[in-house]
Amino acid sequence: MMTVASVFGLCAAALIGLGLFGLITHPQPLRKILAFNVIGSGVFLLFGAIAYRGAGAGMAADPVPQALLITGIVVAFSATALAVAVLLRLHEETGSASLTAEAADKRSGGGQDA
Amino acid sequence: MIDPLNIGLVVLIVGLAVWIILARDAFSAVVAFIAYGLLLTLVWAQLQGIDVALTEAAIGGGLTGALLIGAASRLKRTENAVSAEQPGIALKWLAAGLSTAVTLVLAICVLALPDPAPSLADAVAANIGSTGVGNPITAVLLAFRAMDTLLEAVVLVFALIGVWSLTPDRFWAGRPGLKQSADPNGVLAYIARVLPPIGLVVGLYIFWVGADYPGGKFQGATILAAMWLLVIMAGLADAPAIDRGLLRFSLVLGPLAFIGIGVLGVAVAGDFLAYPVEYAKPLILVIEFALMPTLTLILGLLLLGAPQRAVES
Repeated sequence: MMTVASVFGLCAAALIGLGLFGLITHPQPLRKILAFNVIGSGVFLLFGAIAYRGAGAGMAADPVPQALLITGIVVAFSATALAVAVLLRLHEETGSASLTAEAADKRSGGGQDA
Repeated sequence: MIDPLNIGLVVLIVGLAVWIILARDAFSAVVAFIAYGLLLTLVWAQLQGIDVALTEAAIGGGLTGALLIGAASRLKRTENAVSAEQPGIALKWLAAGLSTAVTLVLAICVLALPDPAPSLADAVAANIGSTGVGNPITAVLLAFRAMDTLLEAVVLVFALIGVWSLTPDRFWAGRPGLKQSADPNGVLAYIARVLPPIGLVVGLYIFWVGADYPGGKFQGATILAAMWLLVIMAGLADAPAIDRGLLRFSLVLGPLAFIGIGVLGVAVAGDFLAYPVEYAKPLILVIEFALMPTLTLILGLLLLGAPQRAVES
């Protein structure tokens, strides 16, 4: 039997898989950050579906996971902001946004100007 | 049994996630991400998480979206060169296989969740009276799991320290972001004059009702931060230089007040972050009022990023 919680739980499972694929395969760091946020929202959604199943005592959902979710969303934003700042500094220093080993060699060799 | 609206939402969300991952240019991926965040807000409403929905709309879609749009436009010129560095076909298939396996295992777990579901709702309902607040989520955030909220506030401060420490030496102690020069008679400047008073009232209202109804300091602080950013982006006010003493004091005020009340709890109520029952509500209010300016400033400053201008320019 499919319930609301299992529909969104399965949606969360699909999002986590999609995000993981993007995180591994995408060469652009900004797209990796986006993919990581998709994984994050999938994890939040899974937890939210579990919270919805925990309804009881006159509450429409278990408030403890929901409160942790609010904390999680805020922490995810601060981690994203830090990642973006690191990426922009990399771009400012090297003029590129590449994560490959060749780009790193070029940088340490000083052969590339910003 | 299953609402067609929910099925439609799932289809749209998964479709947008595919677009975010596969879109050719980063800008359209970010635009899809913002729409995705707003649709997730509807899902949270379906899952009876109005507080989470407010947070997702304000932070997940709004602030994160604005942050990534800014980054995407600054990195636009590097995009073609980096996109050429595609991984080999073998790695792609491996990644696809791994991702599919993770999704399948999670799907099996979702369908095999225990019934009846374990829940802490009864424990919250039994103890919420001692906190003096009516919104169970606020009770969890500021009383039952106050340690999480304290650590979260500290994480925000650390993230900002991390962002600021990426400042190039020549711009240290400067102002974050680029100097904005919008047309003083344009639409942006007009909106930046008209909207903030309304936003201020809405933000403070959401903050205040959080004690008893959906809302709270994170959602309220995000709205206040958005109003502040609007004024900065319209060029009506400048971002503060990061070496200002008052600014730095405001950034640590919230966590310090929180820790202070926690230590007070050791003396008065016998444990860190324990509140004496008759003073629980006032203490929670003190923490929220101290955290509010800290959260507003940090959320805004995280979005503005590291300084990019020298001290006087």
